[in-house]
Amino acid sequence: MSNVLVLIETAPDGSVGASAAMLLGAASRLGTPVAVLAAAPGSAAALAESLGSLGAERVYLAETDSVSSLLLTPQVAALAAAFTALEPSAILVANSIDGREAGARLAVRVGAGLLVDAVDVRAEADRIVASHSVFGGSYTVESTVEGGPVVITVRQGAMDGRAEAKVAVVESITLDIDATGSTVIESMRPLPAASDRPDLRGAATVVSGGRGLQSKEKFVLVEQLADALGAAVGASRAAVDAGYVPQTSQVGQTGVTVSPQLYIALGISGAIQHRAGMQTAKTIVAINTDADAPIFEIADFGIVGDVFTVVPQLIDAIGKRSGTS
Amino acid sequence: MKIVVLVKQVPDTWGARRLNLDTGWLDRGGSEAVIDEIDERALEAALAYQDSNDAEVVALTMGPDSAKDMLRKSLAMGADSAVHILDSRLAGADLAWTARVIAAALTKLGYDLVIAGNESTDGRGGVLPALVAEHLGVPLASYLDSVAITADSIAGERSTELGTMSVRAPLPAVISVTERTAEARFPNFKGILRAKKKPVTVWSLDDLGADAAASPVRSVVLATSERPARSAGTQIVDDGTAGVELAEFLAARHLI
Repeated sequence: MSNVLVLIETAPDGSVGASAAMLLGAASRLGTPVAVLAAAPGSAAALAESLGSLGAERVYLAETDSVSSLLLTPQVAALAAAFTALEPSAILVANSIDGREAGARLAVRVGAGLLVDAVDVRAEADRIVASHSVFGGSYTVESTVEGGPVVITVRQGAMDGRAEAKVAVVESITLDIDATGSTVIESMRPLPAASDRPDLRGAATVVSGGRGLQSKEKFVLVEQLADALGAAVGASRAAVDAGYVPQTSQVGQTGVTVSPQLYIALGISGAIQHRAGMQTAKTIVAINTDADAPIFEIADFGIVGDVFTVVPQLIDAIGKRSGTS
Repeated sequence: MKIVVLVKQVPDTWGARRLNLDTGWLDRGGSEAVIDEIDERALEAALAYQDSNDAEVVALTMGPDSAKDMLRKSLAMGADSAVHILDSRLAGADLAWTARVIAAALTKLGYDLVIAGNESTDGRGGVLPALVAEHLGVPLASYLDSVAITADSIAGERSTELGTMSVRAPLPAVISVTERTAEARFPNFKGILRAKKKPVTVWSLDDLGADAAASPVRSVVLATSERPARSAGTQIVDDGTAGVELAEFLAARHLI
């Protein structure tokens, strides 16, 4: 089987990024999964075991001191070196900001094709086919690349399949990076430690709040319901612009696209740009005081009412059910 | 300083956007075509620098004939000139080819700084600035929430899923901006009048030479299908028990 490279993104603390399990799972359906990562010398040897447990058969470790000072140039160089050494049929990266950028630069550098924001990948005869969910899920498009290897950016949280654990063979190289022509990282402020809540991308249940929550203080109601359901917290752009929650929580056209089993919209009117980010949810529930809010057009269960009375009652009812079951 | 802003004509996100089910291409007749909102912010970043510095601002697009209206709006906002890459052979061009064509146009045009939106509202690929920067062999500083331009460098704040970093690159460079950057100015009456006299250069593929030729490795759309539209389900007005009713609905669907 041909090699399939997977770019491993690492968190600022050096741990394996959240997308690695999904990407290695996807790669195992296309060929032999090879984890590629750029890391400071001596910092990443211990990661090989965890990458193996996620399905990597090989780990291609490219060491360079510049990994925290040059923006993505080390990652692109690591992928390019692995590409030359291993002649892969496909290179998978997360459709994260860093992943898509490293993938795009690699595609130009090595002359590979590029398919973006795939929600599924599969091998079919002698080609690799990617599925895409377009215009907020209104369309499904299947595509492939002809004439050469393909770089695919895979939407985070979109694929559930995981690879069998392996004992990965590690190959280390030292990268010699030319810093000219690279953007420099002058400082980095990691996001505060993630909460216990699931990640918005890939969460089975998402509770989102909008302008109807009225204030940052009152937005805590969204978090309370999310915690009662074990859900991730999302928000409309209006709530983000009003400062209730950080931009990373934004669901919609210019934010995160989610496709959960259950999506609960609290105080969200449902502008078309918001719907583009959540309308493929299996079940949609909406609570809003405005009976004409467009969110009700796509809600499986809509309540015209005040979130500040309905939601506490719902949390109470959930508590009673879980208490009796 | 010569700043080239990449602008794109997209279907308005306020309307229903459609794909042609035979080609997988955008159905351009399906909705109103507008300049992408994020590109207006990219243009604003250039114009804000031009407000207090000596700079030439050029709006560059690749698109069908109708894209000229959007270029005219860019000129009315304050761009000095515009370049329109227009060639029927480019209909349905994939990202890779589009990037080659734009890079070839930038090389012909000359630039100190290229500013793009971080991702278009239709394709949402978010990769074009990276593809173009790699073709040009210049630094890329993407997804900037703020932009500080000096005579020989650009700097800004870049937020990813992992945190926020301060980045800097020497010019020439390619940058892309997010919707956290300053909102675009509206064209005023004077700007609209002046726009009519500003030059719009049209280039075909032949004007751009061999670098703009399609790559032998290309993306192909195999199938396009439309998802059935969602319809509304149960809607109730809270009579004091809606929370309990919702819990029952969720329980019946095994969601709690």
